[in-house]
Parts: sequence; structure tokens; C-alpha cells
Amino acid sequence: MSDFKWTRKDLLSIYDLSAEEIIHILDTAEEFKKVSQRRVKKVPALRGKTVVNFFVEPSTRTRISFELAEQRLSADIINIATESSSLKKGETLLDTVKNIQALQVDLIVMRHSATGAPNFLAERLNCGIVNAGDGAHSHPTQALLDLFTIREKKGSFKGLNVSIIGDIRHSRVARSDMWGLLKLGANVTFAGPATLVPEEFRELGVRVCHNLPEALEGADVVNLLRIQHERQRSGFFPSIGEYSGIFGLNESVLKYMKPDAMIMHPGPINRGVELASALADGERSVILEQVTNGFAVRMAVLFLVAGCLK
Amino acid sequence: MNYILKNARVIDPSTGFDGVKDIYVTDGKFAAEPAADAEIVDLSGYVLAPGFVDIHVHLRHPGKTAAETIHTGTMAAAAGGFTSVVAMPNTSPCADNPGTIQYVLTNAEKEGVVNVLPCGAMTKGIAGEEMAPLGGLKKAGVVAFSDDGKCVQNHELMRHIMEYSKSFDLPILDHAEDLQLLAGGVMHEGYWSVLLGMKGMPAEAEELMISRDALLAGKTGCRIHIQHVSTAGSVDIIRHAQSKGIKITGEATPHHISLTDVEIKKFNTNYKMNPPLRSEADRMALIEGLRDNTISVIATDHAPHTETEKLVEFDYAPFGIIGLETAIPVTLTELYHKGYLTLPQLISKFTKGPADVLGLPLGTLEVGRPADITIIDTETEFTVDPSTFKSKSRNTPYGGYKAKGRVAGTMVGGKFVHRLF
Repeated sequence: MSDFKWTRKDLLSIYDLSAEEIIHILDTAEEFKKVSQRRVKKVPALRGKTVVNFFVEPSTRTRISFELAEQRLSADIINIATESSSLKKGETLLDTVKNIQALQVDLIVMRHSATGAPNFLAERLNCGIVNAGDGAHSHPTQALLDLFTIREKKGSFKGLNVSIIGDIRHSRVARSDMWGLLKLGANVTFAGPATLVPEEFRELGVRVCHNLPEALEGADVVNLLRIQHERQRSGFFPSIGEYSGIFGLNESVLKYMKPDAMIMHPGPINRGVELASALADGERSVILEQVTNGFAVRMAVLFLVAGCLK
Repeated sequence: MNYILKNARVIDPSTGFDGVKDIYVTDGKFAAEPAADAEIVDLSGYVLAPGFVDIHVHLRHPGKTAAETIHTGTMAAAAGGFTSVVAMPNTSPCADNPGTIQYVLTNAEKEGVVNVLPCGAMTKGIAGEEMAPLGGLKKAGVVAFSDDGKCVQNHELMRHIMEYSKSFDLPILDHAEDLQLLAGGVMHEGYWSVLLGMKGMPAEAEELMISRDALLAGKTGCRIHIQHVSTAGSVDIIRHAQSKGIKITGEATPHHISLTDVEIKKFNTNYKMNPPLRSEADRMALIEGLRDNTISVIATDHAPHTETEKLVEFDYAPFGIIGLETAIPVTLTELYHKGYLTLPQLISKFTKGPADVLGLPLGTLEVGRPADITIIDTETEFTVDPSTFKSKSRNTPYGGYKAKGRVAGTMVGGKFVHRLF
């Protein structure tokens, strides 16, 4: 491991991190992955620390992944899940979270539907904030687990071609992956219907295309995003059937992919919509390994930020 | 008190005068000769102009007096150099009836520090469905009609309002935005909204409605004034309509000519307003529109909100910022000192421009008119400190802003309501 010194009490977005910081998290996660393969999987790193999982937007897999990571680090855990915004209950988000902080908690892992909500709180609180997803803005631990999985399989990022396909416009995963990949020297392609893939990303050096074979050609990694049915209802594309016929990854377009190209998906999968069932379960798929790597990465993040609390 | 105001550089865009001369104030009015008991005030080094008019202000009174009142809002206007403010009707109750206008005027008489000119709603409850009693509102004393904060989406209703309002020879001040295209956006749609994953407000949502307004103004002959013009396309549409002889004018705010959407990346809700901060190209097009006088007015859209309302997630924060106490320092710094506008041009945006839109004898130094005067010190540099504001609210993006130029004095009807010398 490098002798790099981690200095952040919050993890808000990949955009904020340097390449060195990202690599440091991945290296730390590698150590924690080893721990999770031992017979005794628990370490005392966060013993005596209290972590609150504050989810203002529903989540199952991310919350469970964080919770397991916290348990393996021996932290005390409180779960708060609420579907409505705190405002609708008549209390502001800041007041709610200040109340949580007053219970002397150390870290808040939060998910929120409003962009920038974790940034807003991090500026005003002493406890650490780990962003578990805010709006369509940022989902740093998902990006880190994607990067971890890519590095594990492909060795390095320099010159690697990564195509991310689907609803880029509304995806915090796409944005977070993009920042990480660009910072580490990979080439990023965003693909999908023009309503869901804004042209503005070109200004960052991302290749934007609206044609699946073009997006698959030469890709080392293909990352598919979940298509939400509500986007069809809002008129971004005519039907789920048309979407999967044109942008869904299935056997008929496999010929465009490199033999060693791997398939990723942040989950949950719509089988038969963005990804054919056989491919999701096939040998190119690393989808379940992403889940395993997810909690190693989250252990690393919690461990690092907890080390910077005053 | 009577005055002899000596040695100032007097700039009066209504007559084109720009030079040193003495101004006499007697019994609250401009006078041709000095009064015998007049106080002599030496204004060497200062610029003296007709009283500034802010054609777009939310005084929040009645209904939201936790954020502002007629008293605090007009105190802020005085400190900011404005002698008259046009008060928007989106209060609670809404100023869509003569009773509410009467209430505003009575309070302004009692506790107002500068002239309060009420604007009446165009539709009942500014709901965009039924026409408000425009004739009754005019009788009660409104100077214009507006549904500011909302926009009449029904084009036929808008056509009828524009035709009907001609009977009363008052302008319509329109907040132009197509709500369907706006689609619940919270910031300008462009590079930064895409990067941040925030819902965008496309420029076309504004431009579409300005086109509608221009076409209907052409058809009906109504005078229409576009509030807070914010995009390059909007400036083009207004310029084109003016070239066809359509009676359309526009205003720009100090924030749209000084800030852009890059600020949103800090998620500070004091940068959230409607229309939103746009791109750099839009900002420069607005400045060009001010230069060629396509945009003849600068107005603040002073929109007070309490700290509690603004201290929330960006998506949930209300739109709007205060502007009365920063407008002149910001525009002197950004437009005059950077060489985009001459001082007479800049002053015209606050005097002749709004007076012409309203068709009122404001923005003048004419003998016999009430002595409303704004006195400017163009050279003093200072850092904006919101804790010193007279406004009840603090929702400004300009805290810490380094300004060059400030308001040194404000006189309303012959009385100093703000005086630094």
C-alpha cells in the first residue's frame, strides 16, 4: 500500500477526489477483501464508533452492503429510513441531521433524492458524511466498487475502453463512474437514445453515441444501467420493447464485442430489458462479483473517513 | 428642509444632460431658484441623478412579513439608492383586488420610506385562469399588471388580457416561461445541469413565451415589458420584435449580468432563482442587449426569503434572491467600471428606462416635480456585508463581493432617506 495519507472526513463525490486518493481507496479495499475471505471476517477498526444509515430514498442493496461493512468493522449501527423528504414532515433536513449528530454519532451514511444534499450537510456538521447516492448527481461507493472490479479483472485503467449504456441523463452511477474512469486514464463512451444521453458530456472528452454496435465495438468493459419504466411514461422513449430491441444487450449483438469484454451492471437488473438473462448469468458477467467487492470498498471508505474524525 | 446641491456631476438621461450644475430643492420639489434658507451641500466628486426606479420588487407584504415588510423593503430600497419601487402582486392575499391595493398603499403611506407603486395581478390569484378586475385595480392605483412568479399559459386568455388592458393604458410586465418545457427544473439546462445531474430549465421555455408575448403585443398593440430577460435568444427575439415596431421592452437583473450557472456546483441556495443563472454566452448577450438598448431597464427582482426557507436541499429551496442593496454597486462594478456601459447609459437603465415602461413622470429632475434624487460615489471600493442590510432577509449571493462604487445618498420628495456625506 502507498504511504499516501487520507485526509477527508466525508466522501461526497468522485469528482472531488484525486487519482491518488481513488487508488488509495482501492488499495485499502483490497486489504479488506482479504479480510472478508478469512474464517473470522470481523475486524475491530470501528469499535466504539456509531454509524447512522440515513436513507431518505428507498434502497435495499446499497443499504445492506453498507450495513454489512459496518458490522464487519465492529461499528454500532442505527438505521433510519424514510420515504418522504424531511421537509414534508415539517422538520428541515438540517434539523433532522443535527438531532442525529446530537446523539454523538460519528458517521452518517446518507442517501437522498435531492442533488447536493450530502454536500449541504457536510459543510454544516462535524460528523463524517458518506454519500450513498444523491439524486442523479453522485454515488461514489458504486463507482469505487466498479473501479475495483475493473482493476481486479483488467489490471489497469490506462487506455481501457469502457462503454456505459442506458439512461445516462438520470444516472448518478454513470456520472460517478465517468469521473473515476477519466481521472484514471480510461476512455469513456456513453450510449443510449439521444433523449437519455446528453451531448454536453462530449465537452469532458466522453464519446457520446446513440448506436449500440458502435458502443460495443472495441469496448473492454460494458456497463449497463437499469432502465426505469417511469422514463417511458415521461416520454423519453416510446416503449420498453423498443428500448430493449435497439439498446438492450443480447446475443444478437454479442458479435460486436471483444471476446474478453466484461459485462457489468449496478443492479437491480431488468432481465430481458437492458440485459438478456443468459448474458447476465454468463461467463462475461461480473455482476455478482461487483456486489462482493461493494462491501469491501465500503469497509475501506468507512475505515478511511473514520480515521479523519476530530 | 430646502437644499442647494452643489458641484455634483449631474446626469439626467431624460434630457441628455451631463455636466456640473447646481440643483435646487424647495418644499420637496425641484426648483428653478434656491430658497433663502436652503442648506448648501457640497457634492464635489459625486454623481447626482434622478431618483432610481426599481420596476421589479417583492415587498412580501401582506402575507410573508417574516421575510420583508413594506417598511423594511423600502428601507432597503433607500439604502440601495431607489426612490420608487414597483411592488409585485404575488402577496397573500394576492394583489388581484382593489382592497389589497388599498391596504398596500395605506401601509406605504404610513411606514414606507420610498415611493411604493403597486402592480396589480393580471389573473385572479395569479392562477392564470380568469382575468383579474383590471379596471378596478387601475382605479385603486396600480401602475402596471403582472402575474410575476407565474406565467399565463393559456394564449387566448393572454390575448384577451393584453387587449383589455389597453383600455387602461397600463403596461403588462410578464414573467415569461412555458411551464411544460420547464418541467420542474431547478437550474439552467446546460453543461452544469448535465454534470450535476440536476433538472434543467431550458432557455427555450423562456424564449417560447417571449415569442408568444411579442406576437400578441404586435396583434393587440398592447405595451408589454418582459421581466428578468435571461437568455441570448430572448434578447434576439426582443430586438427583432422592436425592429418590427412592436411595443416590447425588457429588463435585466444585476445577477444575470454578473453571475453564471457554474456557481450552482456549490449547491448554495442563494444562487437559486427563476429565471436561473444562465451560461456565459447568455450573460454576454444580455450585456450586449443593454449596450444597444434592446434591454432598457435594470431591475432587481428583489425576492426576500427567510434563512429557514433557504437553508434546505437545493431542489426544495424557493427561487429568488434579494437585490435592492447590491444592484447599484454590482452594476457599477460589472458594467461601468468594466467599460460596457457609460455612466449616462447605466443611469438610464434605472431612470428613463423604467419611467418610459411605466409611462410615468419619474426619473426626471424637472422643475416642479417631486425631488427624488440618487447620489452615487462611483469610486469607493468596499466588500458587501449582508449583516449591514436594511432588508429583513439575507438571501444574497453577494456576501463578500468586492464592489467599486456605492450609493452615497437617496432623497425622496426632498427628504434625505439615506445620506453618507
